[in-house]
Amino acid sequence: MSLTYESIYEKVVKIAVEELDVEESSIKKESNFQDDLGADSLALVEIIMKIEEEFEIEIPDDQSEKIRTVDQAVQYILEKKA
Amino acid sequence: MSRRVVITGMGVVSPIGTGLQKFWDGLLTGANGVDFVTSFDITNYSSKMAAEVKDFNCEEFIDKKDAKRMDRFTQFGVAAAKMALKDSGINLDSVDRDMLGVILGSGIGGIQTLEAQYDVLKAKGPNRVSPLLVPMMIGNMAAGQIAIQVGARGVNYTIVTACASANHAIGEAFETIKRGAQNIMLTGGAEAAITPLTYAGFSSLRAFSQRNDDVKTASRPFNKDRDGFVIGEGAGVIMIEELEHAKARGAKIYAEIVGYGATCDAFHITAPAENGAGAIKSMQISLKEAGIAPEALDYINAHGTSTDLNDKYETAAIKAVFGEHAKKLSISSTKSMTGHLLGAAAGIEAIATAMAIKENKVPPTINYINPDPELDLDYTPNTPKDRVINYAISNSFGFGGHNATICLKKYNE
Repeated sequence: MSLTYESIYEKVVKIAVEELDVEESSIKKESNFQDDLGADSLALVEIIMKIEEEFEIEIPDDQSEKIRTVDQAVQYILEKKA
Repeated sequence: MSRRVVITGMGVVSPIGTGLQKFWDGLLTGANGVDFVTSFDITNYSSKMAAEVKDFNCEEFIDKKDAKRMDRFTQFGVAAAKMALKDSGINLDSVDRDMLGVILGSGIGGIQTLEAQYDVLKAKGPNRVSPLLVPMMIGNMAAGQIAIQVGARGVNYTIVTACASANHAIGEAFETIKRGAQNIMLTGGAEAAITPLTYAGFSSLRAFSQRNDDVKTASRPFNKDRDGFVIGEGAGVIMIEELEHAKARGAKIYAEIVGYGATCDAFHITAPAENGAGAIKSMQISLKEAGIAPEALDYINAHGTSTDLNDKYETAAIKAVFGEHAKKLSISSTKSMTGHLLGAAAGIEAIATAMAIKENKVPPTINYINPDPELDLDYTPNTPKDRVINYAISNSFGFGGHNATICLKKYNE
């Protein structure tokens, strides 16, 4: 079963809501986890780890550094799962 | 003239209630915080009871997002510190934050976090372990989080001396203000170690009571058939302040801290030295700093753990320090009601002692059912006693042979 952008997006938003205690309605595709959603570096590490667990993928550090927005996270997962 | 130090705010999270009033009312009505363990499956354990905190609503004190990054012991400590600040009536905006410090005690630290993440390590491997494990687990984090939450930029550290931790913390905080390094200190202890692993460890040590058929009376200090302590959890944090600083803002004063004694048995990792040799000196040093003769003392909040050796040797030590006057002292172990909060014990017991002084009421030792003929002092059995208390001490002794005593005095101009 292949994942769609929308289904991944939904799960990433859910992770962000849980980890950052933000309203779902405040999250957009272009939201930056740190600048817009209030994550600090520790929270960002937690989000990356939750994504790894949820989608059963490994995200190397040099890759995770490039994930700064919700859209970047979804795109990365899409490529990995393709 | 040396700087005087007074207690101007108090906050408590305890097995007999959260909040100063609930705690004090509980102590005077003989509330019993002990029951069967509910926080994990106790089936295979040789002891079954604990004094758990049951009424703690974290969100009342700490933002949900911040609380997620705190182990339970830190949540307790931060909540108690905020209650103490609120109780003091101080306006933090008017306070020099560089002269506001924190010294806290915790015997065990964030062991719930440690155990949970060790399970993750075993089940899912190292890459799944939370980045928050270390900052939540380390024992100094309650003090660190209090500082972050209230903006305390002064002296900040944590003391680890097992069950004496909070008394050392209070003593050192007292000395810190006395020597002029700080004006206000938040001090006491926080502990949340009723966990599967900690409970198993203490059980193996045979330190816990095994009175599983009557758990409510398991914590029975100074009884002939006492058979061990009952573990508790919570936090007791007091705000202490340099006297002129307190007077300048018209603060209410619960009591003055006048003495602190600290010694080590240098004897055994868990057993106290015979006849309480280290405890004797700890009490004597606190009285010496207070500048009083033993006969001036009215009340002792005893370590009184309900273990065979503690209660025996603490009684012997009291007799050695006070001689004939020992029989005239009011003594009580509030652990009969709260259980033993380990590194936080002396925090809530300092609060009990300060309230006893302020209200002229001695809280009782409940579950005093079968007196031990060898332990023949006045342990304030089962009901509180009215008594004018001018001077009191609170004892705490910890594994490692650590002994600490603080001496409090009724506040007079």
